Amino acid sequence: MLTTLKIYRYDPENGGAPHYDTFTLEAQPTDRVLDLLERVRDDHDGTLAFRRSCAHGVCGSDAMRINGRNYLACKVLVKDLGTTEITIEPLLGLPVKKDLVVDMGPFFDHYREVMPYLVNDEEPPEGKERLQTPAERELFDDTTKCILCAACTTSCPVFWANGNYQGPAAIVNAHRFIFDSRDRAAEPRLAVLARQTGVWSCRTAFNCTEACPRDIKVTQAIAEVKRALVRRKPSARR
Amino acid sequence: MTQKHSFDVIVVGGGGAGLMAALFASQTAKTAVLSKLHPVRSHTGAAQGGIGAALGNLEEDHWEWHAYDTVKGSDYLGDQDAIEFMCQEAIRAVYDLEHFGLPFSRTPDGRIAQRPFGGHTNNATGKPVRRSCYAADRTGHMILQTLYQQCVRRETIFFDEFYVLDLLLENGAVAGVVALELATGELHLFQAKAVIFATGGHGRMWEITSNAYAYTGDGVAVTLRRGIPAEDMEFFQFHPTGIYKLGILITEAVRGEGGVLINDKGERFMEHYAPHIKDLASRDVVSRALHLEMQAGRGIGGQRYVYLDVRPETVNHYAALDGRTRPDGSPYRVTAEEIQAKIPDIIDFCRTYLGVDPVKEPMPVQPTAHYAMGGIPTDINGRVVGDERGTVVPGLYAAGECACVSVHGANRLGTNSLVDLIVFGKAAGQDAARYAAGAGFQPLPADAEDFARQQLEHLRHGAGTERPAEIRREMQRLMFEQVGVFRTQEGLEQAVRQLQDLRARCRQVRVSDQGRAYNYELVNTWELGNLLDLALVTAESALARRESRGAHAREDFPRRDDENWLRHTLARLEGDRVTLSYKPVTITRYQPRERTY
Ligand SMILES: Cc1cc2nc3c(=O)[nH]c(=O)nc-3n(C[C@H](O)[C@H](O)[C@H](O)COP(=O)(O)OP(=O)(O)OC[C@H]3O[C@@H](n4cnc5c(N)ncnc54)[C@H](O)[C@@H]3O)c2cc1C
Repeated sequence: MLTTLKIYRYDPENGGAPHYDTFTLEAQPTDRVLDLLERVRDDHDGTLAFRRSCAHGVCGSDAMRINGRNYLACKVLVKDLGTTEITIEPLLGLPVKKDLVVDMGPFFDHYREVMPYLVNDEEPPEGKERLQTPAERELFDDTTKCILCAACTTSCPVFWANGNYQGPAAIVNAHRFIFDSRDRAAEPRLAVLARQTGVWSCRTAFNCTEACPRDIKVTQAIAEVKRALVRRKPSARR
Repeated sequence: MTQKHSFDVIVVGGGGAGLMAALFASQTAKTAVLSKLHPVRSHTGAAQGGIGAALGNLEEDHWEWHAYDTVKGSDYLGDQDAIEFMCQEAIRAVYDLEHFGLPFSRTPDGRIAQRPFGGHTNNATGKPVRRSCYAADRTGHMILQTLYQQCVRRETIFFDEFYVLDLLLENGAVAGVVALELATGELHLFQAKAVIFATGGHGRMWEITSNAYAYTGDGVAVTLRRGIPAEDMEFFQFHPTGIYKLGILITEAVRGEGGVLINDKGERFMEHYAPHIKDLASRDVVSRALHLEMQAGRGIGGQRYVYLDVRPETVNHYAALDGRTRPDGSPYRVTAEEIQAKIPDIIDFCRTYLGVDPVKEPMPVQPTAHYAMGGIPTDINGRVVGDERGTVVPGLYAAGECACVSVHGANRLGTNSLVDLIVFGKAAGQDAARYAAGAGFQPLPADAEDFARQQLEHLRHGAGTERPAEIRREMQRLMFEQVGVFRTQEGLEQAVRQLQDLRARCRQVRVSDQGRAYNYELVNTWELGNLLDLALVTAESALARRESRGAHAREDFPRRDDENWLRHTLARLEGDRVTLSYKPVTITRYQPRERTY
């Protein structure tokens, strides 16, 4: 079927203003939107810039705005969109570098703020694993799925309004460690999340949960972090 | 102007092998990681099924059994000293990952969960053994995330989206690398005492593949151009279960959990090809079986696919026939919920791309190009070995899928790549740091980046009579047809001729994007050149090897020939000419035997 792609274009070198280019191509209903972008670059316009790698929804390179909603281009099929008119734009809230490529720097800065790594300086059992029951493991299973694609954070109206907000992805990654029975740094992490730019900025818009290509229950994770903050020992609060 | 940097150790690649190398090298040496993708986008994140180690958490197991299975899986082409080292170290490696925070799935008593995987057996009974340590069906994702997290914690230095174009050697030793910064289009010169290549595989030369777009063999291509041979390139693994037409991988864990392969007549055909372990035979064996079934017209509806069936009723039916039991001795029975919990991502892929729910309908699968056994020759410390006599190239290292130690020989067992990354990534990182502590910098020539610059200029200003996408598609079709699961003299000769032709055409390409920032067209065209070089080397190596071994199946030479071919291929590329030489296989305790499953 004939499909029209309207793609956001911006080239920093040609000093030109952002604009849209339209391409019409033959598509199958089962084509990934990424397949269409590839065909545009291969056969129509080699200058189109977008990131991609695995092409099956696990590397997180190709998050973008497709018909006004965040998706991974490799995880949405033409038929899923229910139309043959497809508008493709870069993620909102991050600086555009070229066409569909955004600067992920601010996103990863927020990620690093929440200490996204296991902290446990007790000597681990020599030549053995630390034990963790399936029930303990289950508490943070969902948030281990995050691929850092930024689809959630860049769908959040609070983040659009204030780029200093840590955003859902950073909170999800904090959650992954706060609820890990092996971790010992919940307190400093919660202190970071309790800042003005942290979880309390969340207005429960649910956009993040809808945008997540890994089906992480992002809003629920944020709520769990909020509850952990409320439960914090008063002495620990500043 | 080219920017200059200086580090003791440069790691090229931010996947499992590269991050592991960086974590260990940076403990004592000034280290930086250069990666064309942001590290968390690396293909290690796509690994599903698990990492093999004889922890024995659920039943008796020994690293020696793991080693024997690996040797047998390799069709006796793997170097046994390296295999023994890897299987011993695998246990420690898995515990290291757990201590780094990796969220493994757990047994009821809180230990790391393990499951069966193709070719992994109890050596006493010959039955499948639970050796694959897993985190649901996203083990690679968890490895990549965990290692990156540790790098964040230790403030590892990264140059993200830096594309390495060239390796600099001076006085026979490493001097540095040349890289293109994707954001600006500027060239950077990195002076280094040691360079570790960890650039992953090259499956993108085939039409149907489980591999990422980024799998273009850059590390092997760069070192080939600098006179380093490529080892055993004719051995490339086709995984039997890729999603029909798309190539997206359906992990062997699906069969580990009891899924079976079914042909058009409704038969579980693996019974005929591997009577003992059936659907869990080695990948080369299963891929050939699929191919033969389809050739005999028993693909579903006569098409080029068969079914992979993991519906609970099917699993339970065959588990009962096989007499399969759980660790506590009770009969193996599963429910749809259990299957969903064990392979959630696979179920998600099938729903997304096929509209098929695997617990209700079987999945259409076909063999898909998957894993490079061959690559840059190294020893067990990750040091690159530059010739058939074992001469080490000072300061040069390789680890992970781009390297050939060789632990996978002619065919890799599932779960053994992740082991390889962790064990040899660490070994390479440690050795490189040790080397750097005792070595000086090689002087950099004034024209260090000239070669890279000229090549790029050539692509920007070529004759413009050829389009890269056309050449790529032709290469991928050709390789899938003639250098695929089965090969013949005639087909390989044709492949070599056509690849030469495609390489000539590739020199006439001119990229249309004349800009600097994020010029992906330029990079993709460069990658195509790399793939064409490796494709040629692969076809020539395959043409010369007149036997069938592991993943290299010659219809005209259907038998393994230990007398003449129990040896590794070393291929060199000079201009358009490939020259081949050979080196012996290291055998310690496992004498070559006939290989049946
Ligand atoms: C779908 C799938 C499932 C798999 N499942 C399993 C499994 O269950 N168990 C198992 O053992 N194995 C599995 N494998 C195999 C295994 O995942 C890979 O072999 C392994 O992850 C490769 O790791 P690596 O570190 O060598 O490369 P990668 O993780 O791919 O990293 C390569 C790195 O090199 C960088 N790079 C490449 N070229 C350049 C360049 N020119 N300049 C700069 N940087 C560059 C990239 O940016 C990237 O960071 C699977 C593979 C696939 C495709």
